[in-house]
Amino acid sequence: MFNEKDIVMKSEHIVKQFPASHGRTLTACNDINLNVYKGKTLGIVGESGCGKSTFVRMVISMDKPTSGKIIYRGRNLAELSKKEIWENRQNLQMVFQDPLASFNPKMKIIDILTEPLMNYGKLKRSEKEAKAKELLEMVELPADFMYRYPHNMSGGQRQRISIARALSLEPEILVCDEATSALDVSVQKTVIELLVKLQKEKNISMIFICHDLALIQSFAHQIAVMYLGHIVEVIPGADVAHNSKHPYTLALLGAQFSIHMDPNEKIESIESEAPSPLDVPVGCPFQNRCEHCTEKCKKEMPALKEIENGHLVACHMIEA
Amino acid sequence: MLEIKDLTVQYGKNPPTIEHFNLSMEKGEIISVVGESGSGKTTVIRAVLGALAGGGRVTAGDILFQGKSLLNNNKDEWRKLRGTKMSMIFQDCGGTLNPIRKIGSQYVEYVCTHSNKTKQEAWALGVSMLEKMRLPDAENIMNSFPHQLSGGMRQRVGIAIAMTFNPELLLADEPTSALDVTTQAQIVRQMMELRDNFGTSIIIVTHNIGVAAYMADQMVVMQHGKVVDQGTRDEVMNHPTSEYTKQLLASVPEMEGERFV
Repeated sequence: MFNEKDIVMKSEHIVKQFPASHGRTLTACNDINLNVYKGKTLGIVGESGCGKSTFVRMVISMDKPTSGKIIYRGRNLAELSKKEIWENRQNLQMVFQDPLASFNPKMKIIDILTEPLMNYGKLKRSEKEAKAKELLEMVELPADFMYRYPHNMSGGQRQRISIARALSLEPEILVCDEATSALDVSVQKTVIELLVKLQKEKNISMIFICHDLALIQSFAHQIAVMYLGHIVEVIPGADVAHNSKHPYTLALLGAQFSIHMDPNEKIESIESEAPSPLDVPVGCPFQNRCEHCTEKCKKEMPALKEIENGHLVACHMIEA
Repeated sequence: MLEIKDLTVQYGKNPPTIEHFNLSMEKGEIISVVGESGSGKTTVIRAVLGALAGGGRVTAGDILFQGKSLLNNNKDEWRKLRGTKMSMIFQDCGGTLNPIRKIGSQYVEYVCTHSNKTKQEAWALGVSMLEKMRLPDAENIMNSFPHQLSGGMRQRVGIAIAMTFNPELLLADEPTSALDVTTQAQIVRQMMELRDNFGTSIIIVTHNIGVAAYMADQMVVMQHGKVVDQGTRDEVMNHPTSEYTKQLLASVPEMEGERFV
């Protein structure tokens, strides 16, 4: 399913640290190695504060990694000049969690939709209307929406507009940071169906951040589970429900509420909270919440090992 | 214990936000209200608490709490009721705490306002409530500022405060929506324990249908201010009558459910 030659972007040993007060450092991402494949979706799940968003900010060159490389089209993103970053953005577009905050409230939809194309000089002023109409059609919205303002639309409609805007440049990689978290479930479903349809039509690669495992497993080809800045498991999307191995992934699965679950069944969840990223323990990051924790886990950091084709786990308890 | 009869609420001169809402609940029952944003879920529980925002008023119907209508309560009567007999948990409990005062001082103030306890007794009560919510090192939390706690811990502090006087009715407005799934599971479990230990009746408003179904004895599904489905958990989940509920249930993502790729 995943071939070496289909890799469009590769991150190698990405580390991102931020300076914090009292001379401490906050490690948001620690040794992240992920591949993005052509036309496939990479889902990233994890609790808030685990470094998911920091990672994708580096992917679209909004931040530079402290060390490590992100290889895209044979170049390291961190070494690009400002001009090259600007040119590269055509290929890497992003959809944000809150579309209203990412639109200029005084611009009409027609201007919002065509701004990226105008910016890159790919559209004449006279063609704006036709292009906006085409883009609205693509996301299944009526054409007369182009003369509206963002505040005149519902949350789901706005999110469609931001998808249309991101796709207007026909990017190679689309990054969605919690793109559906603010939406109602029924709207969420239509947005996901739309994204999947567009992905198939245009063969786009997607990186999708989400904290809902049930949602992400419904359309991601591979899922990376992050915990405290570390990747703890990478697993093909279809296998998450029955083949997850890492105790943290299992804990996330146990904490899912399903509409078909038995109400008398006790919900299982790990107690306590994740440690602060300012003060990551030596050894396995998950040690204080893991029921299988041994002496080895407290001393030695488990490496990410491949146990099956396309399935990687970082845990001392699991042998290849 | 609580009865809502044919309730209609209007904000200003706009068309009614909720219409003909009926509900009756008994002691120790959990009712969940689900629906999309803007469907009027929150308005229902705000009406029960007499805390409708911005010009909202009950234009028809009645709300009876322990046999007595709440609609004609004056300020004094409300003060006796709120915080002691019925209390509310908000979506962001951290946001309802004063950011420049320590948890302990706010807790003591709250307890002293609603009872004749001394400050020492109030402090001890606060510590014991926090411990009941399984917060580690309760004394330390009483001496912390809200920003020093994580979102899940703040939410638990909010629930502890709401539960201090062992209210008969707890109104929860999206109590877990801002939390991670692991924390959400902890909070849900603790709310269920409240019912088992204290016999609290709970109305929970949420858009997470999984959580609603897990907790509820009775469920209410709302759309555009109207009730489209109402009944026991089993009736609503397994035999929904309205098209809307069917669609809503079908769009909830499930593990090993429908895959789009």
